[in-house]
Amino acid sequence: MSMLMKVAGLTRSPGDPRILSTGPGTLAGPDHLARGLGWFSIGLGMLELFGARRVTRTLGLEGYEWLIRACGAREIGSGVACLSANPAPGVAARIAGDALDIATLAVAARQGDVRRGNAQIALLAVIGVTVLDVICHQALTARHARPPGPRRDYHDRSGFPKGLAYARNVQG
Amino acid sequence: MKALVWHGKQDIRCDQVSDPGIEDPRDAIIKVTSCAICGSDLHLFHNFIPAMKNGDIMGHEMMGEVVEVGSEAKGKLKKGDRIVVPFTITCGQCDQCRRGNFSVCERSNRNKEMADKVYGHSTAGLFGYTHLTGGYPGGQAEYLRVPFADSTHIKVPDNLTDEQVLFLGDIFPTGWQAAVNCDIEPTDTVVVWGCGPVGQMAIRSAILLGARQVVAIDCIAERLSMAQAGGAITINFQTESVIERLNDLTSGKGPEKCIDAVGLESHVSMGQPDTLLDRAKQAVMMESDRPHVVREMIYVCRPGGIISIPGVYSGLVDKIPLGIAMNKGLSFRMGQTHVKRWTDDLLRRIEEGQIDPSFVITHTATLEEGPEMYKLFRDKQDSCIKVVLKP
Repeated sequence: MSMLMKVAGLTRSPGDPRILSTGPGTLAGPDHLARGLGWFSIGLGMLELFGARRVTRTLGLEGYEWLIRACGAREIGSGVACLSANPAPGVAARIAGDALDIATLAVAARQGDVRRGNAQIALLAVIGVTVLDVICHQALTARHARPPGPRRDYHDRSGFPKGLAYARNVQG
Repeated sequence: MKALVWHGKQDIRCDQVSDPGIEDPRDAIIKVTSCAICGSDLHLFHNFIPAMKNGDIMGHEMMGEVVEVGSEAKGKLKKGDRIVVPFTITCGQCDQCRRGNFSVCERSNRNKEMADKVYGHSTAGLFGYTHLTGGYPGGQAEYLRVPFADSTHIKVPDNLTDEQVLFLGDIFPTGWQAAVNCDIEPTDTVVVWGCGPVGQMAIRSAILLGARQVVAIDCIAERLSMAQAGGAITINFQTESVIERLNDLTSGKGPEKCIDAVGLESHVSMGQPDTLLDRAKQAVMMESDRPHVVREMIYVCRPGGIISIPGVYSGLVDKIPLGIAMNKGLSFRMGQTHVKRWTDDLLRRIEEGQIDPSFVITHTATLEEGPEMYKLFRDKQDSCIKVVLKP
């Protein structure tokens, strides 16, 4: 973006305040984690989408390139959602995707192929990432969701010091 | 000084920054006594408004005490004056300012060349907003440089509190302008979509301007309760059919006047499939705004009616049923607020006790607590509707 700004000539005035030191901000651990998972998801999705053949060779899943590409598209979608203003649904989508990945890899890990070791390693990695996804989703929900329970009642806040009836009949 | 600084998407920090100084003879420096977080700050927070830059100071709703005055502003301001700063920076001399079209001042946008290319013609400079509107440092800070200060200020009397007059800088005239743009007649039903701070002001403005009935639409209970307190009939769009209720309230004819106080981030829900599509397109940058409310207004509005849009839109929207709007003969009125066009009248109404805009404040905090307040406001936690910060 800063490159774009320079090309567009959008520079600050020399007199504008400059940052001397940075302080507490809006982003907390769960937000950073969701972003990390989002970029990870997009990276993995690209790999699956454009390197499906290599992935199937490594895992012993030849013939299932279509499945890997579909998983790649799903990963990119959930990754984009994780980077959005409300990342919780994106992380939830990742958890659902993790379940599908675990089911697929569990099949690959049990086959008689010599490469089942690769599938077992991948399965362990996905289980690890799933744990991270679940932790992230719980933390995001705790931080950003509106807690259940009664809301404040603002029925006493008309904004009309002389009353609503007076306000309705104000002449100019 | 301390200031709330934009560092990127959803990343606002309370930083230590250098103090502003006089750069032009028409400048003034104010010590900010109160500032607010506005709904449109959330669009910047979410990075839905293009051309923000790491290091930009947030805030366009602020007031304070004049502590330094440039030589050419001295005729209008002096040290110690208590002023509210309009969010639109106005030279007061160009053709548009002379016509009262202050939000499209021809001279105050210091990135005018770029704005000319993007918008066709430049609009006014705004505080704490995108660099397309000048990228001026905002007022969520201890001090603020006010460019064109001889014109860009509203003097306020000492007998009114900060809380009573602070919103003259933005949300009160914004809600007022939205209602005035409706040309309200005594027989009119005015419907306000969105019961955030601007929606609340629009509701009260429509009441003061004599609407027969005002209807408010939202899904947040506490916001609906505040709307009801202001005289509105409320519709919770998650539990009721907006179309059916509006038809019931208008003998099947639809409301004459519709106000969109929601803007580009309309609520996304499974019950409104268009909002899901908008959200997906927005996420992959195929559409910049989510215009569900505009679509709904066009559909429900009575033929010959007026659609008023104070809610902020940033760029491109899809699937607007312009054919319906055309055939129904609807009029559209919108724009950033010409703040100073309205403030003399609104200040008088506050002084006379017709209205006290402080009703909308639900949270008051320090500048250091600002980042947490952004989160609270965005997530609508703790029944938050409006946050005022005290630097």
